Amino acid sequence: MNKAVGYFAVRSRIAAILVGFLSALSFTSPLMAEEIGDPAKGEKVFRKCASCHMLGQVARNRVGPVLNEIFDRRAASVDGFKYSPALKRAGDDGLVWDREHLDLYIENPKTLVTGTRMNFRGIKDPQDRADLIAYLRLFSASPLNIPESAPTAVPSDPDLDPAILAIQGDPEYGEYLASECLTCHQVDGSDKGIPSIVGWPRDDFVIAMQAYKNKHRVHEVMRMVAGALSDEEIASLAAYFEMVE
Amino acid sequence: MTIKLTRRGFVGAAAVGAASLAAPEVMGQGRPKVVVIGGGAGGATAARYLAKDGKGALDITLIEPTRTYYTCFFSNLYLGGFREFSSLGHSYGRLAAEYGINVVHDWATGVDRDAKTVALAGGSSVPYDRLIISPGIDFVEGSVPGWDVSAQNAMPHAYKAGSQTQLLKAQIEAMPQGGHYVMIAPPNPYRCPPGPYERISMVAHTLKATNPTAKITIFDPKAKFSKQALFQDGWERHYPGMIEWVSGEFGAVEGVRPGSMEVVVDGEAVKADVCNVIPAMKAGRIAETAGLTNDKGWAPIVPMTMQSRMDDNIHVLGDATQNGDMPKSGFSANSQAKVAAMAVRSALTGSRMFPPKFKNTCWSLIDNDDGIKVGASYEATEEKISKVDGFISKVGEDADLRRRTYEESIGWYEGITADMFG
Repeated sequence: MNKAVGYFAVRSRIAAILVGFLSALSFTSPLMAEEIGDPAKGEKVFRKCASCHMLGQVARNRVGPVLNEIFDRRAASVDGFKYSPALKRAGDDGLVWDREHLDLYIENPKTLVTGTRMNFRGIKDPQDRADLIAYLRLFSASPLNIPESAPTAVPSDPDLDPAILAIQGDPEYGEYLASECLTCHQVDGSDKGIPSIVGWPRDDFVIAMQAYKNKHRVHEVMRMVAGALSDEEIASLAAYFEMVE
Repeated sequence: MTIKLTRRGFVGAAAVGAASLAAPEVMGQGRPKVVVIGGGAGGATAARYLAKDGKGALDITLIEPTRTYYTCFFSNLYLGGFREFSSLGHSYGRLAAEYGINVVHDWATGVDRDAKTVALAGGSSVPYDRLIISPGIDFVEGSVPGWDVSAQNAMPHAYKAGSQTQLLKAQIEAMPQGGHYVMIAPPNPYRCPPGPYERISMVAHTLKATNPTAKITIFDPKAKFSKQALFQDGWERHYPGMIEWVSGEFGAVEGVRPGSMEVVVDGEAVKADVCNVIPAMKAGRIAETAGLTNDKGWAPIVPMTMQSRMDDNIHVLGDATQNGDMPKSGFSANSQAKVAAMAVRSALTGSRMFPPKFKNTCWSLIDNDDGIKVGASYEATEEKISKVDGFISKVGEDADLRRRTYEESIGWYEGITADMFG
């Protein structure tokens, strides 16, 4: 246990040094600032990403894949994540997440990969993107350099009763209920104005639907849909959609 | 056999995981036969879900006269130049090849409810254990004096998508500068409540670019209409001075004269360059021929299963139904189809029965990136499909939300057509 604590502490120090180093660079050279960005500011920008992506030691795939070690990784190559066919194709065609391509993708995911399931409008401000990329880079240097990242550690809604997340859904019932979703959402996960909901981790699905049901999320159609579903029905849908390939 | 249970009963049974509420009706040799009349939002969806979820247990025949189905929804966007006509067309190839549905391109001309067979115009007869009919709408004869289908070339309805839609677009494009577009709107109830007013928006969008001095008049027998405040606000913002809406209180249409392109309103002849007559509607003719309609011309249904109130072996879907609170829309028909498919499958194969769920949302486009929507959820009660909860876009929403609403409608079109045709 003590050894683990020490290990974490070392990694945190390395991260702090890295942050300091990058900040120093940005301070001394305006040109470099534009090129690399400020990871401390990037951490704030990352909040936009954190509802779907995790970073850090405890990171796991959620609605989006883990972003540790993203630099110079081939697109669509995280084990165990269900990518859209379009992103897989892009990876097969040789798309690699270097700084330039990350920047393009974050600016507008669908411009770079038209069929991606990443339902994100993009970040228009180049400085915000540079800061974000600088922050992401902290998690890519080497495995030893992955710091903790508290805001992304657990997907949660503080108001959500843990008992709701514990409900075991009935996937067969979920399949019937899903027919209602599939009037708008496509079962193959393609996304043309309405986001993909297939292959989401169960908890994320429940959290999102409960957020509509409790009127925390704003979309009116989804509030109506979720409002007409019981907790058991939401759990059943989550169980079904998690299985859909 | 009809099982009558309260909603509570259904929910309870589903929750404890009862395998089935009904013993399979058809125990003889051969697969149970389901015939579906009409390949639109109701029929195509029902056939596909029966095939997909039945996994080969059912013998499914889909009877639809046209080989390419043009969706009525989004056909207004073609009039406005936002869609190609070809983008509205869908074939039945996948339903046949991938789902094993027997697609028969013919007209159903009659139903023998005792023998349980459907007669086809081609002369043959198709037997069924359960029949689903989703025939859409037909027009009430004489509802607009002087107009009948023989006048539909001079005064198109364009309310069944296809050649009529193309004809109306050609007439709009051929209008003289400063010409007059007249719409005679239908009385309630009718297919797609916001449809006539979205159409006016799309016609105005085209005319604003090509014929900015043209005028549009809507003669409407109704005192109010769907999304009225939203449409009128949009017309004011995008097409000021172009559109006049005249409700029946202020100008009752007494008839039309297709030969001279005139509309008679309160005894006076109004000249039109394009006259879009949308007559009163009733259930598609086969529902009437089969004896499933009431004195109002619509087919009443049992909300829990979408069975006809006249015949337990027949389910009716979509625009043709008198169901209670659900509007006549493609979304509604698609939603009802899934309830019917589940009920039919349960009755014929003993599969699980779940509580029915109904939803509808109607998106409309007013101008570039100015989309609006209205929707509701419904539940089945003994007497009707009853509205539970709903929403509608608001006047004064910001432009970004309106654009996203339009983008969402495009996503919905892709979704529902994939859900219908595979």
